[in-house]
Amino acid sequence: MVRILSGDGPRSAVLSLIVAAIFLALAFAPFLFPGSRALETAARIAIFIVLVASYDLLLGYGGIVSFAHTMFFGLGAYGVALSTVHLGRGWGALAFGTLSGMVLAVVLAFVIALFSLRVRAIFFAMITLAVASAVAVLVSQLSWLTGGEDGMNIQIPRELTPAFRADFEIFGTRITGRILNYYLVFVCCTALFLLLLRIVNSPFGRVLQAIRENAFRAEAVGYRVVIYRTVATCLSAAVAALAGSLFAIWLRYVGPDTTLSMEIMIDILLMVVIGGMGTIWGAVVGATIFVLAQNYLQNLMGAAAEATAGLPLVPDLLNPDRWLLWLGVAFILSVYFFPAGIVGRLRSGR
Amino acid sequence: MSEPMLRLEGVRTDIAQYHILHGVDLDVPQGQVTMLLGRNGAGKTTTLRTVMGLWKPRAGRIMLAGRNIAGQDPAAIAQAGVALVPENMGIFANLTVEENMILAAVSGPIDPARLDWLFTVFPPLKTFWKNPAGNLSGGQKQMLATARAMVEERRLYLIDEPSKGLAPAIVSTLARALRDLKAKGATILMVEQNFKLARALGDQAAVMDDGRIVWAGPMATLAGDAGLQERLMGLSMEGHA
Repeated sequence: MVRILSGDGPRSAVLSLIVAAIFLALAFAPFLFPGSRALETAARIAIFIVLVASYDLLLGYGGIVSFAHTMFFGLGAYGVALSTVHLGRGWGALAFGTLSGMVLAVVLAFVIALFSLRVRAIFFAMITLAVASAVAVLVSQLSWLTGGEDGMNIQIPRELTPAFRADFEIFGTRITGRILNYYLVFVCCTALFLLLLRIVNSPFGRVLQAIRENAFRAEAVGYRVVIYRTVATCLSAAVAALAGSLFAIWLRYVGPDTTLSMEIMIDILLMVVIGGMGTIWGAVVGATIFVLAQNYLQNLMGAAAEATAGLPLVPDLLNPDRWLLWLGVAFILSVYFFPAGIVGRLRSGR
Repeated sequence: MSEPMLRLEGVRTDIAQYHILHGVDLDVPQGQVTMLLGRNGAGKTTTLRTVMGLWKPRAGRIMLAGRNIAGQDPAAIAQAGVALVPENMGIFANLTVEENMILAAVSGPIDPARLDWLFTVFPPLKTFWKNPAGNLSGGQKQMLATARAMVEERRLYLIDEPSKGLAPAIVSTLARALRDLKAKGATILMVEQNFKLARALGDQAAVMDDGRIVWAGPMATLAGDAGLQERLMGLSMEGHA
């Protein structure tokens, strides 16, 4: 187990329990939580764990602030969409689209990194913001190619669609294409997460952490900072693109709002901060809490408002329409009480 | 006489609009310890940082084993076999002692025999091997910074005021370690204000003033001539022994 986790386990009893619970819940989600909404949430959590972990490789381990992460995510998603539109429904088209999206993301990341990582960190952040905005505008304008604001529907192999029904059951649940699609997402996300864990615990990851702490010192010890930062940017972009491909395959749809929007970029930032920067496990906790809050906080508040209907003012405060306000309050409180993120707090044991 | 390991020829370095080094000429013989002495602000640290590539010289040549390294990146200079122990220690506080040491071994895994030697000369490193370097005391941080440079055999060690602000017991430990390193035939260019330590370790001495080398010669000559010390540095080594 220690080897699978690259010797970097949760290192806290409470965190181990939380991570184990999240893993088991995701692994058995189709059987534990019936209904399409629950499965939708589980798949989103799995994909966002990978997306957030890949961003943490940049921000938490490399100290590089980028606003182009959703662009790489989108490139992976659009790669799959365009490939299936032009090559037709099939596994080959999925693989080709996934690979093309990833390669394009890596090339673009390489070019951005090479041109801007030599300069100060703030310029890199600004350049990524500009490129990401330009790509988002392009995607919404090139409607003949990308479907514009309407996005594109994706033809995935029939075995992954809800129409497919296997002739056997597991734990009393009929296996459908939707469940198979979920397990494709889950297995790929688990593999990508373990890969990221391996990367951050490799000699490369150690150098990245040294660079984050002090780039001049790392350079004086003998490491070419620009090369390490460029490789980190490319790796992060590749994993984000793969997560984007999985998201497109899961949703069977891709559009600017689902993959390229600045709103998603901010969500990713919040998940990294809530979970804890500089630890891949933070992505697991941050993404799970955030996606659950996005999907269920409204319901929870609705129930709470009903339960407190007899009290003055409280039901108004708990009105489900105010869920974003409470999400904001929860974020501020988490940053105030857990400045090193939930994982940082749990690991420090204080 | 064989070619020096390091030769500075007319090195001029500017920091922003200030001219700090005004043409430094210095030889650091192979296998010897050269002490760079002088008043505060004379340009000693800037000289070390210029050799390491952290400041780019405006003019002059920096010959390392016969090859000009002036203007190269610090990473390239480090890979050419130069290690710097900076004045502010320069450790990675968020990484463990072990990770700091592994990072410093740029040419491959740490040689176990060399690590054993480092544990002998700096015992606290073994005790706190898995602890974050930021949790070490000031003296232990200096030990780690020095050990990081010593973790591999280098062509040249640049050591900037290793005894600064440390307790006498820690200074003795560092002195022992540096004496061991010297006995292994290392070439060292060291800035040191503690004259007792400088005299004990140094084979050669070079005195700087106002961005220039104003005197260079055997340490024994400087140590034995109080008048010369007074004239060059405005004080006597004996008074600090």
